Amino acid sequence: MARTKYIKIQKEDNVLVALEPLPEGERLRTTEGEIIVITPIPIYHKVAARDIARDQPVIKYGAPIGFASGDIQKGEHVHVHNVDASALMKG
Amino acid sequence: METFKGYLRPNGKVGIRNYVLIIPTVSCAVGVAQMIEREVPGTVALIHGEGCAKRPERPMHIRILENIGKNPNTYGVLYIGLGCEGIAARPIAERVRKENPNVFVRVIQEDGGTLRVKEEGVRFARRMVEEASRLIPQDFPYSKLTVGLECGGSDALSGITANPAIGYLSDWLVAQGGRTILTETTEFTGTQDSLGRQGATPEICRQICDLIQSGERHAVEVLGEEAAYVISPGNMEGGISTIQEKSLGCIRKAGYSPVAQVVDHGEIPTEQGLIIMDGPGYDTESMTGLCAGGAQITIFSTGRGNPIGHPCMPVVKVASNSRVFHAMPGDMDIDAGVILEGVELKEVGDRIIGLIKRVANGEQTAAEKRNQGGMLAMYTYSRTF
Repeated sequence: MARTKYIKIQKEDNVLVALEPLPEGERLRTTEGEIIVITPIPIYHKVAARDIARDQPVIKYGAPIGFASGDIQKGEHVHVHNVDASALMKG
Repeated sequence: METFKGYLRPNGKVGIRNYVLIIPTVSCAVGVAQMIEREVPGTVALIHGEGCAKRPERPMHIRILENIGKNPNTYGVLYIGLGCEGIAARPIAERVRKENPNVFVRVIQEDGGTLRVKEEGVRFARRMVEEASRLIPQDFPYSKLTVGLECGGSDALSGITANPAIGYLSDWLVAQGGRTILTETTEFTGTQDSLGRQGATPEICRQICDLIQSGERHAVEVLGEEAAYVISPGNMEGGISTIQEKSLGCIRKAGYSPVAQVVDHGEIPTEQGLIIMDGPGYDTESMTGLCAGGAQITIFSTGRGNPIGHPCMPVVKVASNSRVFHAMPGDMDIDAGVILEGVELKEVGDRIIGLIKRVANGEQTAAEKRNQGGMLAMYTYSRTF
């Protein structure tokens, strides 16, 4: 794996992991086209690889890690402010 | 067949260290344990705050204190009780003696008070340290090794670099006929479709899924709607958003071998191969469970940088990113962050295997060199009476 600005862990993932801080406006070239970063992404945090509608799963490691708590746009920071995993807790 | 230099115990198990441990069965006996430790270099007093006034944990705490005495790395052990505590010292010592003859037990209230117990303890401990120094190691196959798998201070790279490289080690040791133990039930949350299907039999798969669900139920009971965020502030700053995300990274430490057995916290497995042990995600408590379960070494991945070792178990630190590896000089053993620079996962996995072999042969880990033993943290979950 050559040094890149991001990593996609599994092909079905809808988020990428930033390997360096990504400023707003950064252009990421991916096999599925270009992603323009629309909010600053801290290092190792997640950026949406495509639009994720509210209540749709956020997929990382090929598995759901939570659901979008609001509409998430491609290029947006994906973190605790817009991911809710409580529905995944069977309790 | 590849071998390592170890020390054969009377029960057939093989140690890679020769600890002389002083175990207070209750926190009220810690003072005496420390007096003995101070007078006899080469001993380790296991400092903890339990032993009384907690009813639900009592069988588990007895199991932990007993099984640490049975850990193959323990050459000799002194149990120091007070006398009126919930966890009685003598029955524990008698059970340990069936596997290890080098057991000493005194109860402060019954055996002459602080000074006499200390003096007799010092004499026994001196003899143990002297005997241990004369032991000559022999060659043993890696099937005699049990390695605990731990992660602490995780970041979003732990599941991409360090943990998969540790998984590579786990699969290697299982292929040698050895044993690895995955623990931290909290960090199995949401892994029913992966870890839950890794059992060697349908029954083991059911046990794993039950364990995952019990961890989730506990989180929901305590935290309610916040349950999915049962991760530390450092985890969040590191880019992890939910416990499911953390868990999917954590379980990669176990590799892809079938799970041979599910055991209680601090229980000694009877099967070889990959074992799952119930236990908390809290690093220090979790490592105590692994040590009690017979791990001679624990391998510990960290992204935020946790330098803690264990008082009676070598702990190998694997940094998930090069930044933390260099920011805490000498605290980490392996830099798995180089995977992001183009080094193959297999290459880092082979480096970890090489280091585990050297540690099994006596090389000190970073935490051992730094005296990062710390205390014996024991898993508790009830209110103290």
